Amino acid sequence: MDFNLVLFYAFAAIAVGATLLVVLQSNPVYSVLLLIGSFIGLAGLYVLLDAPFVAVIQIIIYAGAIMVLFLFVVMLLNAPREEPAPPGILESGMTRAVGAVLALAFALELAWALNHSRTLATTDAYDMPRSFSVPDIGQRLFQEYAFAFEATSILILVAMLGAITLAARRVAERSRRG
Amino acid sequence: MLRKEAAVAELNHYLILSAVLFTIGTAGVLLRRNLITILLSIEVMLNAVNLSFIAFGHFLGSSDGQIIVFFVITVAAAEAVVGLALVIALFRHVETLNPDAFRQLRG
Repeated sequence: MDFNLVLFYAFAAIAVGATLLVVLQSNPVYSVLLLIGSFIGLAGLYVLLDAPFVAVIQIIIYAGAIMVLFLFVVMLLNAPREEPAPPGILESGMTRAVGAVLALAFALELAWALNHSRTLATTDAYDMPRSFSVPDIGQRLFQEYAFAFEATSILILVAMLGAITLAARRVAERSRRG
Repeated sequence: MLRKEAAVAELNHYLILSAVLFTIGTAGVLLRRNLITILLSIEVMLNAVNLSFIAFGHFLGSSDGQIIVFFVITVAAAEAVVGLALVIALFRHVETLNPDAFRQLRG
C-alpha cells in the first residue's frame, strides 16, 4: 500500500471517529472539542489533496475562531445536559419502519451513484500534480472573484449586525425599564 | 471504484468519506435535542461538502475548489454567528436548549 493511502485512511479514521463522537456525546463542551479534532483530521486530508491554503484556513478560522465562539456560547449559557427523548416518538414501529426504508434507499442510491460514475482523469492528475500556491489563489480571488469577495464582506457585516440585534435586545429593554 | 486495489486514494475514496460525514451530520440534526449540537451537526455537513469540493478541484486540476471552500467557510461563520445569537435569545426566553420546547407559534 502506498504511503498516501495509509495517510488517507488514518486521517479519515480520525475525522469519522471524532464526528461520530460529536453526535453521540451528551455534553456539548466535549462535542465542540471533538469537532475540533475532526477538523484537524480534515485539514490533514486537505494537505493530501494539495490544498495547504484551505488546510491552514480550516485550522485558524474554523477550529480557532468559529469553534471558540461555540465554546464561548456553551459556557455562557452554562448549557444543561440534554433531556432524554420523550417516549413514544422513536419507539413507534411505524416511524422506525419508514425511517429504515428511507435510510436503506439513501445508502443504495449513494452506492449505485458512486459505482456507476466514471472516475475523473485521476491518472493525469497524479502524473502532473498541480498544487496551487497561496499567491495564485489570492490573485484569482481578487480578480475573477472580486465581486463575490466584496459580497461576502457585506454578508459578514449583515451577520454581525443581526447577531448584535438579536442577542442584545434584552439588555436594551432592561436599560429602558431601569 | 474499488474494483481493483487502488494504490493511491482516488476521487471516490474522498467522495465516500464525504458522504459518510454528511450522513453523520444529518443524523445529528435529526436525532439530537440540543440546539448547540444541532448547530455543530450543521457545521459537520458543511465540512463534508467542503471535502468534496476540494477533492473535485484536486482531481480536475483546478483551484476553483479551494476558492469556493473559502466562501463556504465565510458563510459558515456568518451562519454560526446568527444561529448562536438566536440560541442565546431563545435560551433567555425559556431557559432550555431543547428544540421541542419552542412551540409557542404552533396554531
